[in-house]
Amino acid sequence: MSKYKMHVLVCGGTGCLSSNSSQIVDNIKKYLKENGMENDVQVLKTGCFGFCEKGPIVKILPDNTFYVQVKPEDAEIIVKEHLVKGRKVERLLYKEPLTNKSIEDSKHMDFYKKQMRVALRNCGFIDPDNIDEYIARDGYQALGKALTEMTPETVIEEVKKSGLRGRGGGGFPTGLKWEFAHKNKADQKYVVCNADEGDPGAFMDRSILEGDPHSVVEAMAICGYAIGANKGLVYIRAEYPLAIQRLRNAIKSAREYGLLGKDILGTGFDFDIEIKYGAGAFVCGEETALIHSMEGGRGEPTTKPPFPAESGFWGKPTNVNNVETFANIPVILLKGADWFSSIGTEKSKGTKVFALAGKINNVGLIEVPMGTTLREVIFDIGGGIKNGKKFKAVQTGGPSGGCLTEKDLDTPIDFDNLLAKGSMMGSGGMIVMDEDDCMPSVAKFYLEFTEDESCGKCTPCRVGTKRLSEILTKITEGKGTMEDLQTLKTLSQTIKDTALCGLGQTAPNPVLSTIETFWDEYVAHVKEHRCPAGQCTALLQYKILEEKCIGCTACSRVCPVGAISGKVKSTHVIDQDKCIKCGACYDKCKFSAIVRQ
Amino acid sequence: MANCVSCTNKLSEQGFQKLEQFIDELDEKNGALISVLHKAQEIFGYLPREVQQFVAKKLEIPVSKVYGVVSFYSFFTMIPKGEHPISVCMGTACYVRGAEKVLNEFKRELNIDIGETTKDGKFSLDALRCVGACGLAPVVLIGEKVYGRVTPDQVKSILKEFE
Ligand SMILES: Cc1cc2nc3c(=O)[nH]c(=O)nc-3n(C[C@H](O)[C@H](O)[C@H](O)COP(=O)(O)O)c2cc1C
Ligand code: SF4
Ligand code: SF4
Ligand code: SF4
Ligand code: FES
Ligand code: FES
Repeated sequence: MSKYKMHVLVCGGTGCLSSNSSQIVDNIKKYLKENGMENDVQVLKTGCFGFCEKGPIVKILPDNTFYVQVKPEDAEIIVKEHLVKGRKVERLLYKEPLTNKSIEDSKHMDFYKKQMRVALRNCGFIDPDNIDEYIARDGYQALGKALTEMTPETVIEEVKKSGLRGRGGGGFPTGLKWEFAHKNKADQKYVVCNADEGDPGAFMDRSILEGDPHSVVEAMAICGYAIGANKGLVYIRAEYPLAIQRLRNAIKSAREYGLLGKDILGTGFDFDIEIKYGAGAFVCGEETALIHSMEGGRGEPTTKPPFPAESGFWGKPTNVNNVETFANIPVILLKGADWFSSIGTEKSKGTKVFALAGKINNVGLIEVPMGTTLREVIFDIGGGIKNGKKFKAVQTGGPSGGCLTEKDLDTPIDFDNLLAKGSMMGSGGMIVMDEDDCMPSVAKFYLEFTEDESCGKCTPCRVGTKRLSEILTKITEGKGTMEDLQTLKTLSQTIKDTALCGLGQTAPNPVLSTIETFWDEYVAHVKEHRCPAGQCTALLQYKILEEKCIGCTACSRVCPVGAISGKVKSTHVIDQDKCIKCGACYDKCKFSAIVRQ
Repeated sequence: MANCVSCTNKLSEQGFQKLEQFIDELDEKNGALISVLHKAQEIFGYLPREVQQFVAKKLEIPVSKVYGVVSFYSFFTMIPKGEHPISVCMGTACYVRGAEKVLNEFKRELNIDIGETTKDGKFSLDALRCVGACGLAPVVLIGEKVYGRVTPDQVKSILKEFE
């Protein structure tokens, strides 16, 4: 990076790309050229910075200036003012929401202060399509070290000592898994990277593959060396076109550099990677289902044992790890197991990436040491709840997880603590909910998801999730009975105990984790036919308060079905037969004249 | 996927030739079914019975196995998509920020349900899960175009862009 005086990093993650960040890159290059500076300033399209809420993001080095919500037409002023004259563009700087103070250096942002970036170390720093940049940040050094200075056994020992546990949800010790695969003798073994990322609302694996694909490629080769496999497979969702493209590119350049293929670095070790595509089935994230899918069949799980480490892809020993798990490997080998295990809690070492989303100010991707509390994540890094509303719950672990509430805010986040609280780490989705979110509806949302995604192979899951979601629908329509609430509990327990795979076994968690804590809310739906959060449309009515309505007509213009009538400057009324309860008028009225009951 | 769907609806001879070439060039036919189906859907836009039969014959497997796989995966579709396929993100982040209301509004405006295509073949409607732009929730995709922070009352004007 040395020949340039300055660097402009423009976010090329999915979020920012969809708000036109490619055009920003082009415009900046254009204006640099006009000012004869194209050789002094380097412009890079990087992976996600994590701060997607305020995208598109443009960062300028070496002064760490962090511009937010940049539009393509802002390129001109950034070049002319900042890059030419050295004056920061005040209006594009990030302002801390509480103090409204502009932040000049991104290191001082609350969002980044408590973060620690290990798996995401290169995301937002390098051009993912350029292998030289990865190499310049110690890329492929860990592979070199493993191949020349370490035996497969010492690599495994180091990973074991680091305490790294799988980031795909289960939290199984990675070194131990490698050891099993290593010990099973076979003529052919496989390394599989699970990039199926099924949790709807989690996007860390995608961001790693988009922002730093080489870290995964390198780690898979290291794993291949450790377990004695010379073939790697990445199973990735077809819905991730950008990640696929960057991964393909990374594999291609690694081959050109002799870092994949035959006789890597002249050590006699062969390893290559092939990409396999998923086709939109959540259950294919489960490792046995994933293997069946890679073999070209229906992605139905099978009972374990045998584990993939004994009999996996085409019956051969196969080691399956998650994207984020792999992304940690090169750092562990370079900085050492002791360094890694000094981070985190007693039984959960290192960091964890979370996708923070929902009713939170700073939606985005964050990485924190294990043991950070939910409060720090939600209020310090996440900037608290949107629109000053009250925090109600945070859902972790996706469809297999549960809801944590106010009382859990000071719990240090790690695998075991989350399990003990009736939720789980899962892949790291974290959805924040406020007082307007209805818990039976949230449970219904997840159960509809699992009902839809159940592969149908075993009855408890196929029929059980359907029954659960039917009962929840009844409740949210105000037609539930107290008996239904009991059934929810007992049925949930039965499914948990008898389903064949992880999908079914964890499917009832969204119910179980809300029904106790939010019992009153469930009961209100049943006994009073009332939704305390005001979300269940079947139980709602929108009404205009005569005394408050000034007749501004805003509501009648926004109503999609023409349910609101009234003359200018006189009270408006809603025709309840026509109203479809979309809530548009409620959001529009500036005079709080519309109420939801 | 960038193919214009309406011109590929008629299952062209050319399409079959392309698919045949793809299959013939495979290193390994064993286990290739899903990648072949991805290719076929890219060429034809959807996977009607004729295409499934063709794939079965070429890979020397029963049609029932092909059908079993096509019906298992939600990415594969047996009905042609509209000229402008609409996908509403129903991932959790979008859901808690009101995606369901947006979806309902599309259903109402177009008078179709999820998985259906309008009679004139112009629009089709799908729900999908997390497109990775949660910061912009709720998110709607129309073709390749991404709409962020969509509210129900914007639905009408968004659809107008395609008229
Ligand atoms: C229903 C279900 C869905 C899963 N989805 C994923 C997924 O999307 N990504 C993932 O890495 N692991 C997923 N897993 C976990 C995998 O089965 C497996 O444990 C994991 O890929 C192992 O990698 P790790 O040890 O590095 O976490 C899922 C498990 C179940 C039961
Ligand atoms: S628990 Fe559900 S997803 Fe798993 S095998 Fe049974 S039916 Fe299939
Ligand atoms: S927007 Fe509010 S104040 Fe205006 S007419 Fe409607 S109810 Fe009355
Ligand atoms: S809730 Fe929607 S349909 Fe009902 S009156 Fe308001 S805008 Fe019209
Ligand atoms: S996509 Fe740009 S910050 Fe996340
Ligand atoms: S949940 Fe909709 S983009 Fe992530």
